[in-house]
Amino acid sequence: MDQLINYTLFLADNALIMGHRNSEWCGHGPILEQDIAISNIALDLIGQARNFYQYAATLIGNNATEDSLAYLRDVKEYKNCLLVEQPNADWAQTVLKQFFFSTFQYYLYQQLQNNNDEQLKAIAAKALKEVTYHVRWSSEWVIRLGDGTEESKKRIVKAVDELWMFTGELFEPASYELNTNIDFIFLKENWNKRIRSIFAEATIDVPAETSWHQSGGKIGNHSEHLGFILAEMQFLQRAYPNSEW
Amino acid sequence: MITIRKFYYGDYGESKLDSSSDNETSSSPSGVGGEWPLWEVFIRSKQGLDHKHAGSLHAADATMAIENARDVYTRRMEGISIWVVESKHIHASNPDDADALYDPANDKAYRHPTFYNLPDAVKHM
Repeated sequence: MDQLINYTLFLADNALIMGHRNSEWCGHGPILEQDIAISNIALDLIGQARNFYQYAATLIGNNATEDSLAYLRDVKEYKNCLLVEQPNADWAQTVLKQFFFSTFQYYLYQQLQNNNDEQLKAIAAKALKEVTYHVRWSSEWVIRLGDGTEESKKRIVKAVDELWMFTGELFEPASYELNTNIDFIFLKENWNKRIRSIFAEATIDVPAETSWHQSGGKIGNHSEHLGFILAEMQFLQRAYPNSEW
Repeated sequence: MITIRKFYYGDYGESKLDSSSDNETSSSPSGVGGEWPLWEVFIRSKQGLDHKHAGSLHAADATMAIENARDVYTRRMEGISIWVVESKHIHASNPDDADALYDPANDKAYRHPTFYNLPDAVKHM
């Protein structure tokens, strides 16, 4: 039971933090249409997070709610992978982060669709349609920037340098992932295949698979960035407990 | 005499057009001043209905235009099909020609079928 709760929270935290990062673009997008596009993706992800939190709350009982899980847990209790909490930096880093993450979600949800757990199965099946679009949208941006101007190429290559070290953690199962029937070899192979094919189109070099990677987010050892995200996100509930609007 | 000249959507307001220059040659593929070109969006709301003009947006290419249209114009389930066309490909009539083009129809009431007496038996007209 604890494993299922933790796993559901892991799925929820990934979606929430990624969604929150994307929401930071709202009103700051490089062009109106893309501002709306990334805000839409943010809303999709926060919607997924809500579904997972609601399910986790029913599993936990004890008056837990989706809100208490999102607003009243501290950094150490968050299980999201390090990738999603990384700063947006520029547009290149934002779309690359989205591409890495959405591709991961895509193959993960494909497997979750066949999970034994009816709830996870249903949420994954519903979310997969959204994620399919996120993969398409972010892939096209990676290609556009990689195969674009000298400046855009420079930026996307820099983004690969910044973010690649956080991708290894995605395929390193935490203890609560061990009984989930997720085939991590399959997940990693498919993810790599997709990254390679899009990078080839974008004329970007894929870093060596064996390169060093960072990990720890899944078990609560986060980078300094998550604390700032939570401070902003949780301020209201912490300062005015149980306030509603 | 009416001189036939091509006008493009979005031309209005820039009245200082040099009449000797050909508009067609002035449109660069990347648009003006590094801005992405403008696209017109048409949305079909239901199977069997026509695509209707929904608005316009900026995009670098057709794929991006369709995706932007999806995000900007179909967020609330407004559509099931999207067409986009670059605005420069739409040829529009010149508002300055309105007198010559539309006014002549104004006093020709006989072009409306209002002078027929409908038999009582005909319903739903």
